[in-house]
Amino acid sequence: MKYWRVPLDSGEIQITRGRVHIIEDRCKGCGYCIEYCPREVLEFSKKFNAKGYHPPQVKNEDCLNCHYCELLCPEFAIYSEAAFGQ
Amino acid sequence: MKHDETAGMAHPLEDLVRMDRIPHIWCPGCGIGSVFTSCLTAVKQTNIPYNQFTMVSGIGCSGRGAGYINIDSFHTTHGRAIPFASGIKMARPDLNVIVFSGDGDLFAIGGNHFIHAARRNMDLTVICVNNLTYGMTGGQVAATTPFKARSSTTALGNPDTPFNLPLLAYASGATYVARWTMLHARDLADCIQEAILRRGFSFIEVLSPCPINYGRRNREKTLETLKKYHDNTIVKNGASPTELEVDFNKGVILGKFIDIEKPTCDEVYRRMYRPPEETTENRKSR
Amino acid sequence: MKPQVLTGEHFINGDEACAEGAIAAGCRFFGGYPITPATEVAEQMSVRLPHVGGTFIQMEDEIAAMTSILGAAWTGIKTMTATSGPGFSLMMETVGLAIVTETPCVVVNVQRAGPSTGLPTQGAQGDMMQVRWGSHGDYEVIALAPSSPQEMFDLTITAFNLSEKYRTPVFIMSDEIVGHMSEKVVIPEARKIRTVSRVKPAGRKDRFKPYQPGLLGVAPMPAIGDGYNVHVTGLTHDEKGYPVMSVDTQKEMMDRLLGKIRNNLDDIILTEDYRLEDADVVLVSYGVSARTAYTAVEEAREMGLRVGLLRLITVWPFPEQRIRELAKRVKAFITVEINMGQISREVERCAGTVPGFTAGHHGGAVVPPDDVLKIAKEVLA
Ligand SMILES: Cc1ncc(C[n+]2csc(CCOP(=O)(O)OP(=O)(O)O)c2C)c(N)n1
Ligand code: SF4
Ligand code: SF4
Ligand code: SF4
Repeated sequence: MKYWRVPLDSGEIQITRGRVHIIEDRCKGCGYCIEYCPREVLEFSKKFNAKGYHPPQVKNEDCLNCHYCELLCPEFAIYSEAAFGQ
Repeated sequence: MKHDETAGMAHPLEDLVRMDRIPHIWCPGCGIGSVFTSCLTAVKQTNIPYNQFTMVSGIGCSGRGAGYINIDSFHTTHGRAIPFASGIKMARPDLNVIVFSGDGDLFAIGGNHFIHAARRNMDLTVICVNNLTYGMTGGQVAATTPFKARSSTTALGNPDTPFNLPLLAYASGATYVARWTMLHARDLADCIQEAILRRGFSFIEVLSPCPINYGRRNREKTLETLKKYHDNTIVKNGASPTELEVDFNKGVILGKFIDIEKPTCDEVYRRMYRPPEETTENRKSR
Repeated sequence: MKPQVLTGEHFINGDEACAEGAIAAGCRFFGGYPITPATEVAEQMSVRLPHVGGTFIQMEDEIAAMTSILGAAWTGIKTMTATSGPGFSLMMETVGLAIVTETPCVVVNVQRAGPSTGLPTQGAQGDMMQVRWGSHGDYEVIALAPSSPQEMFDLTITAFNLSEKYRTPVFIMSDEIVGHMSEKVVIPEARKIRTVSRVKPAGRKDRFKPYQPGLLGVAPMPAIGDGYNVHVTGLTHDEKGYPVMSVDTQKEMMDRLLGKIRNNLDDIILTEDYRLEDADVVLVSYGVSARTAYTAVEEAREMGLRVGLLRLITVWPFPEQRIRELAKRVKAFITVEINMGQISREVERCAGTVPGFTAGHHGGAVVPPDDVLKIAKEVLA
């Protein structure tokens, strides 16, 4: 993992399992969430959303539920929640 | 993630956003939406009922903030968010008044209001989205544009020196001064929360990209700007305001620089001017 | 605790009477900036407001003063500022914001001679067109012109009542002479003073539209924190208050803004007739100039000339209908005002073929009654 992908607040967040939700049609494809997810959970999908952007998609099960993508997304298009029973 | 899995699910900030106005006007890759999200998160984190908040903005891309928060909110005139907010605060000191606006709005046309509200320790939380330019009008030079940077009105580079905003705020009397970038979203949200919960004039500068009107002209893609925000910044709480100029080559200092307790404008007014019985009466009616 | 209404007879100047009128009307916030000859209004408010639970703040300039009273007005209280020419010019952009956001407030202009710094200590009426058209865009305003300290008191109350009723800024267009003149001012008992407060919304909060016209074409107005979550913007907005950048919304909004004034002229326009029944020549005047005009009427009558006076208490909206009616039976209009022809243009516009004249003055003093008489004599010769 590249150095600059350590979450900016890694010291404060407990390690949990999370599930990330993407509201695809709100996405404007800025890539912030993809670039800065500390676990590289996300990647651009090939499909286009209603606005013509490529929204992110989940590529692995590594989400920590750190909410960082949720805070950074300018479009209220992505959020995470605790994944129980995993 | 398949779309139907999110159907019926809601982003946790939806109760604080005017969802009937989304999508907002901010460009893809613009940082204002991120700053705004951190701000709403802070409001939520305080656990204070929403009707005890109000937001005031001036004019500009950042000034559109007030139009998207689902509380009583005011989109005023260019530069005048602070005096509008001051009127609210002095008339209703119990409200939490947040000013959300741009660097041009708060420090060029509105600079005089900023320094005076800071001087009085007006109990406001002032969030300045500093994108180093006038985004809304197409990227003209601002009071924050770095020396030699290009803008639509300084094609050969900015001949002027930009403000060091935290220094200006401190010198004017602000009792809380901090700086983050939109990338430091969690620190920013916590900082805004702290500013809301304290009393006094709080100033938070947030560096944020304007890829369309600043980045393009200065050959900087959004993700490159964000990389600078990560690589070329140093968190140094309590740093002296004199060392806070924005120069990414030298490294930009982030953190909380000033946090002093001092009676606020409305408190001092009440104590010095209102006869004691008035004060009690007012408290009862609130 | 000092009483809210200083019932009784007082010998005070116009500026002080204006401040007392504001307190009696229920004004509880004043944002100001010192300027001759309006400073005494601010000074009096700074003393009086904290004793009635109100707030005075001296802002850093008139832009801030005017803006602060709009913010304060949205907390549900009555607010005011006072200034003179240079400060009035600075306030103009914010006046537009008050109009388009339908924010009630009272703005007092104690006029002095301009342009620019002009004659700071001497009266004039040179801002009468500025108050009507000084902010950009198209709109209607309400402006009242007091002729005496007593009217500074009375009309300030009227101004608050109109601003609350129509959700619009109302202007007191006074002048240095009335502002600084000391005369007897009778302040009635509080219970005899009629005050009006804005209509508050009722009903479901989620369905409320802050610009949906109600009674008289005016929407009820909630205060910050009432739970209506209103958005207020200077951009063209729909009834919900949301910006909509369309020609249709612009029209709808403008129709509402203009309509609430234009459709209620009878309620808003106040005038006073003096010896108009048989008049051949009608003097049209307002504010301090009306005092000159009274004298001119008296002197003309002594000479056997049938001269009368229409005194405009409300200058804007302009009483067009009244002038048109008078034009059917009179020989001439003479507008008496301390400028070189402002309201006279309105009079002449409505007078049709009846000739109109201006008994004006460059500013700094009242129009001498002889100047008025000279024109009257020529007209009737
Ligand atoms: C009195 C006035 N002058 C100029 C403008 C035009 N104007 C609109 S936004 C703006 C600049 C906004 O810059 P900033 O506050 O930095 O916000 P940004 O758009 O960059 O977020 C200007 C000059 C205006 N609306 N009003
Ligand atoms: S919450 Fe978002 S940023 Fe955090 S690990 Fe999960 S997907 Fe990545
Ligand atoms: S941060 Fe938001 S808008 Fe940007 S790519 Fe991710 S989901 Fe889309
Ligand atoms: S012009 Fe710049 S500041 Fe304005 S929305 Fe676009 S990217 Fe953001």
